[in-house]
Amino acid sequence: MSRSLRYLPVLVVLILIAAFVWRLANPPDSTVPSRMVGRPVPTFQLAAAAPSALGFTSADLATGKPRLLNLFASWCVPCIAEAPVLDELKGRGVQIDGIAIRDRPEDVATFLERNGNPFQRIGSDPTSRVQIALGTAGVPESFVVDGRGVIRHQHIGPIEPADIPRILAEMEKAR
Amino acid sequence: MRAAFLAFAVAVAAPAFADSSLPPSYWANRQLPDERQEAKAQALMAELRCLVCQGQSIADSDAELAGDMRDLVRRRIAAGENPEQIRGWLVDRYGSWVSYRPTSEPSAWPLWAAPIVLIGLGGLLAMKRLKGRAQ
Repeated sequence: MSRSLRYLPVLVVLILIAAFVWRLANPPDSTVPSRMVGRPVPTFQLAAAAPSALGFTSADLATGKPRLLNLFASWCVPCIAEAPVLDELKGRGVQIDGIAIRDRPEDVATFLERNGNPFQRIGSDPTSRVQIALGTAGVPESFVVDGRGVIRHQHIGPIEPADIPRILAEMEKAR
Repeated sequence: MRAAFLAFAVAVAAPAFADSSLPPSYWANRQLPDERQEAKAQALMAELRCLVCQGQSIADSDAELAGDMRDLVRRRIAAGENPEQIRGWLVDRYGSWVSYRPTSEPSAWPLWAAPIVLIGLGGLLAMKRLKGRAQ
């Protein structure tokens, strides 16, 4: 082997170490964005998720005005933290509909009693069917849907107080 | 204070995220009665990525969403859909990321080219060495 190649393995190891350090310092984004953004909401027809709630179909999302579609669950802890923020959005005139993922009516009722009910309609998705059709990977997730029923924006994870301006801006853009 | 408590609760409860109180979907952990259909479903499920525990296939994962995806795959296979249609339907929603089978998209070309390039390089190296020995 020629002299200049002697240090090649050391160089390779150094490059590898640098790559590992870089990846550890900048972990990859593990969220899965939905490909449904920009496309119509998939057709669905869901029964009411709680005794006091209204059932929910995809046609309810094409009413001429933008709406916020929120996927939540009574067993989802971040959803509890998100509830007051949804209330705040409702107070600012955002129309919100919900889909309860893998939930029981009595559990949803208790959840709404404890954390407030910002939803006009709440559909029940007991086998995650609509969740998968929407291309989401967990709860909570939210979609801004325009008046024609086309998805305009996806928010992955709980909407936090700091996200309110962005959601309001997306709602305005979807108008 | 309340926000701090909630943040703490969220941090502590993180591992329990994916547990609802509903039982698994009907076909999540049940084989289809038709053996050939079940074999097709199994083959597809082994190549679909679980969205929750992102290093596993939905066939291997215990996550509830993976169970619901298995239910969806088995139902569609039982209804006569072919596996590639179902894969396409999921890729259409989650991107090619959801499927473990490499696609023919340009981003996968280096992967397909790698064996050819490596065999070529190996051949060159071997040729050089053998020539050197012959002289």
